[in-house]
Amino acid sequence: MSLDKATVAKVANLARIRVEEKDLDSLANELNAILGWVEQLGEVDTENVAPMTSVADMQHRWRADEITDGGYQQDVIANAPSDEEGFFAVPKVIE
Amino acid sequence: MSDLTKLTIAEARDGLKASKFSARELTAAHITAMESAKGLNAFITETLEKAVEGATRSDDRLAKGEAGNMEGIPIAVKDLFCTKGTLTTAASHILDGFTPEYESTVTANLWAEGAVMLGKANLDEFAMGSSNETSYYGNVVNPWRRTTDDQPLVPGGSSGGSATSVAANIAMGATGTDTGGSIRQPAAFTGIVGMKPTYGRCSRWGTVAFASSLDQAGTMTRTVRDTAIMLEAMAGFDPKDGTSVDMEVPNFEAALTGDIRGLKVGIPKEYRLDGMSEEIATLWEQGVDWLKSAGAEIVEISLPHTKYALPAYYIIAPAEASSNLARYDGVRYGLRVEGENLDDMYSRTRGEGFGEEVQRRIMIGTYALSAGYYDAYYLKAQKVRARIAEDFKEAYKLVDTILTPTAPSAAFAFGEKGDDPLEMYLNDVFTVPASLAGLPGISIPAGLSSDGLPLGLQLLGRPFDEETVIRTAGVLEEAANFTAKPTTWWRA
Repeated sequence: MSLDKATVAKVANLARIRVEEKDLDSLANELNAILGWVEQLGEVDTENVAPMTSVADMQHRWRADEITDGGYQQDVIANAPSDEEGFFAVPKVIE
Repeated sequence: MSDLTKLTIAEARDGLKASKFSARELTAAHITAMESAKGLNAFITETLEKAVEGATRSDDRLAKGEAGNMEGIPIAVKDLFCTKGTLTTAASHILDGFTPEYESTVTANLWAEGAVMLGKANLDEFAMGSSNETSYYGNVVNPWRRTTDDQPLVPGGSSGGSATSVAANIAMGATGTDTGGSIRQPAAFTGIVGMKPTYGRCSRWGTVAFASSLDQAGTMTRTVRDTAIMLEAMAGFDPKDGTSVDMEVPNFEAALTGDIRGLKVGIPKEYRLDGMSEEIATLWEQGVDWLKSAGAEIVEISLPHTKYALPAYYIIAPAEASSNLARYDGVRYGLRVEGENLDDMYSRTRGEGFGEEVQRRIMIGTYALSAGYYDAYYLKAQKVRARIAEDFKEAYKLVDTILTPTAPSAAFAFGEKGDDPLEMYLNDVFTVPASLAGLPGISIPAGLSSDGLPLGLQLLGRPFDEETVIRTAGVLEEAANFTAKPTTWWRA
């Protein structure tokens, strides 16, 4: 599998990272070098191996579905680049 | 008074309790050291006022006999831990101006035990790097130089500022985080002790996330005893972290018995890489001899999937990072670059806010998780990870701990490995496997290269058996008797 320029542009868009047209080629080369190196994972026999999803052998904890904390509206928006009346403000999204 | 910055944490603790000096004097000595070492660029933010306030509080608590286990000890905090009211950047442009309204659990634990914060230590951007060359705030410089030239060297990464501050006697200890070797490798490059405990031992709450199934906080200190003291203060169950493990934190210092007779130490044959440097191989053999002389039994073991650890890591870590870093959108905190519409604002913010290496990893992760490629990359890597963890499980049926080199080389010069990301990734070849398996590991300074740079040896342990690792490291430390220090060329 090799990434062409169009695929890199698509991935950049999925990741919401603006990449200049002129940088797409070199980025494609770098990503292809990494992905090419990763191909060696294909040599490992993983028939009947379950993917590792938990690092420590542990049961996930349960807790009662109760509100235990909150009420920090000012703290939550304190670092926002833009806020209005206690809310995060974003550019207009509905025409 | 002798130079207080030369003390270990254990010595300072005893000196404070015996009123040989005050916490304020101890902190003042470190602030002076900090001011004369600005050229090393170890800190992104210095918190001198906070340090003096903290030291004053410590003196009160010492006077009242209420001292905690880290009372009055000045430390550096990797700028990946959120600190209430103090700028927290993850060394990224995208977190411009971010001042948390809350405190990470790890740092809160340290403050509760009396530790004093000197500042926020520099690092690779979002902890992605092995040389501290990806920080938005510039390179950290290793206090060590080769005996053969004056070229500035990298301190390793990603906890480069933490490592440098401890190695240059600016801080008595520092917090680090280790995702694939980010504590152990810089510890080896700067001649100090670095420990990553078992995944789940320290809370991840309030620490800027890189790869959540791998990230683990740990310690950087100058001795193994200091590691034991500091780790005990940091660790502990935290209900706010879903993968924090509800287990008693042992008295790690008590593990330093000096007795490893009958202990079985594994030497994994797959770590003997083709083209391994002669120096590293010799140091490793020396380590084997030291442990053997102390009464340990050496056992050759096999970890057959070792060579697949790095490629698996470079799918898993970027995949998790691409998801974790999705939160930097210019809406809730940090940098915002305005655009034509919401999506354009996101893309411009992230395009400007993230550095090259971070962008590269987000893109790899996004691709690996995208429709049609998930099974081939991410699922495959998670299966290989299971096999790597299984290798260790089998090995620990035969041995109690595993000895390896920490890094394949000593510290290198800036730009030396900058062009090829893959070459940089190879730095973590010995540290990544244990990260994938979530195991505890420590690096201790064990010798010098032919050109006078520190080299480290790594010990790995069973899950939640930090005590055996610490005990063995204590014996190794004593045998290695590593007393070399860099010349203080950075002092103006």
